[in-house]
Amino acid sequence: MISNPLLLSVNSGTSFSINIIYDLVVMLRYPFMRNAFIAGSAVAILAGVVGYFIVSRRSSFAAHALSHVGFAGAAGAVVVGLTPLEGLLGFTTVGAVVMGALGKRGELRDSQIGIVLSFMLGLGVLFISLYQGYASEAYSILFGQILGISNASVIFTVVSAVVLLIVMRIALNVLLFASFDEEVANSQGVPTRLISYAFLIVVAITVAVAVQIIGVLLIFSLLVTPAAAAIRVSGRPRVAIVASVVIALLITWVGLFIGFYQPYPVSFFITALGFVVYLATRVKPLTAQLSRAI
Amino acid sequence: MIVMTELVSAKNLAVGYMSRTQWSHADFQLSQGEFAAVIGPNGSGKSTLLKALTGQVEIIEGELLIDGLGIGEGRRMIGYVPQRRNLDEDTVITSREFALLPHRARRLINNSKAERLESERLVDEALDSLGIGDLANRSISTLSGGQLQRVYIAQALSQRPELLLLDEPLSNLDIRASAQLAKSVSELVRGRGVGVMLVAHDLNPLLPYLDKVLFVANGRVVCGYPDEVLTSERLTDLFELPVEVVRDSSGRIAIMGDFSEAHHD
Repeated sequence: MISNPLLLSVNSGTSFSINIIYDLVVMLRYPFMRNAFIAGSAVAILAGVVGYFIVSRRSSFAAHALSHVGFAGAAGAVVVGLTPLEGLLGFTTVGAVVMGALGKRGELRDSQIGIVLSFMLGLGVLFISLYQGYASEAYSILFGQILGISNASVIFTVVSAVVLLIVMRIALNVLLFASFDEEVANSQGVPTRLISYAFLIVVAITVAVAVQIIGVLLIFSLLVTPAAAAIRVSGRPRVAIVASVVIALLITWVGLFIGFYQPYPVSFFITALGFVVYLATRVKPLTAQLSRAI
Repeated sequence: MIVMTELVSAKNLAVGYMSRTQWSHADFQLSQGEFAAVIGPNGSGKSTLLKALTGQVEIIEGELLIDGLGIGEGRRMIGYVPQRRNLDEDTVITSREFALLPHRARRLINNSKAERLESERLVDEALDSLGIGDLANRSISTLSGGQLQRVYIAQALSQRPELLLLDEPLSNLDIRASAQLAKSVSELVRGRGVGVMLVAHDLNPLLPYLDKVLFVANGRVVCGYPDEVLTSERLTDLFELPVEVVRDSSGRIAIMGDFSEAHHD
């Protein structure tokens, strides 16, 4: 049974047993938990891959700002009778194009991003105040609604993730070149400016998809934390991307699992686990051992 | 013995950004296996010269050929080492993977196994030739300035260029590291027959190895052999400004002159 109307946490009325398989089976009997696992896994894989480039291209703050742009979009959409997802997608995509246009070679200054971020947050607050419905809409945008995700949203999330992952796979080699060595890539005819735009749009859609799961305020936990931890494990991009995906998946799965048996928000467990993994990768002897192992 | 052919040829060349001329009336040549330094005051257009060769700035007038080809085709023969931004701790990529980036980016989907192995062989060979084979698996963000420059040059060399363009590789290096890098570049030039144009602020670490000097100032480019170009009389005459070239007892050079005056196109 779901105890929290905001669907941030679950009180399933059950507790851990010694048998984890049994616990998993019990948990997955609930459709909303199956949806959470499927959508959460899709978002984790996508965020793990896109996040690696966000960190490597030093675009973490831009990604964070896009989530706030998405907040304004989602809140505004609700006011005019659209779905939050439509608002998220529309605003983050337009936001990405504007950011690309403002920033030289797609790189923005922190001050410019901060100005856009605070304005969008203010706009979101205005839209929320104009909306006559329940405050739960605002909470679900801010903190995500992984346990309340509908079947339609699951399908949208999975399809979006698959399409974006295919795009990322095709662009992988060129994107790596442009991300780590933009000037040389440019001198060899790689359209680095176009790639910056395209990547920001991929980030925008990823943010829109991920916000449904983890929310605007906690989006860093999937989009940045796993990748930031993974680059400490390996200096080989492909290995680091795989590590980023594995970390994102693990913290999502374990977060959902613990969240099912504990009366606290799943988002908290996901963010806390991500933080612990990141801290562990900052411990040099441990990182050195892992690097040697892979 | 290396056969000297004309690798770079500029005739009455004028380049700039957005049709605004940075320098003009430039005539210079570089042959295969020659080592040229590009020097001049800040903002004079030294890096612009390298960017013209890589097709990143507009050729407003004149002709610029690489091995007889236009820039579009000719730039495939170039190994370019630009001035790069500072690295931070999030730039985590090993030297070897970094050097492999341009090789892998040639194909959208993975290169064939034979191509991959060949790229890896070329990269390993380039790292070894610059004496940094043991740094192949170190992240570039942990390297010293001198080591990092060698990684950048190894990346360029691994693509088997005919022409190597180095933009201020000696900046941020101490005297010893500058001298070592200059020597390494010189050995590569002689060993592989690669032509090199190297932008530098300080000419002195390069002097023992140079074949040519390109002096860029006041909207002009002057090219010639070091002893021929680097004299007070010649530079004063060329730039129509009082320029003094001073040499100390060990042969070190200092060029003094007020090049701040805006040039007229």
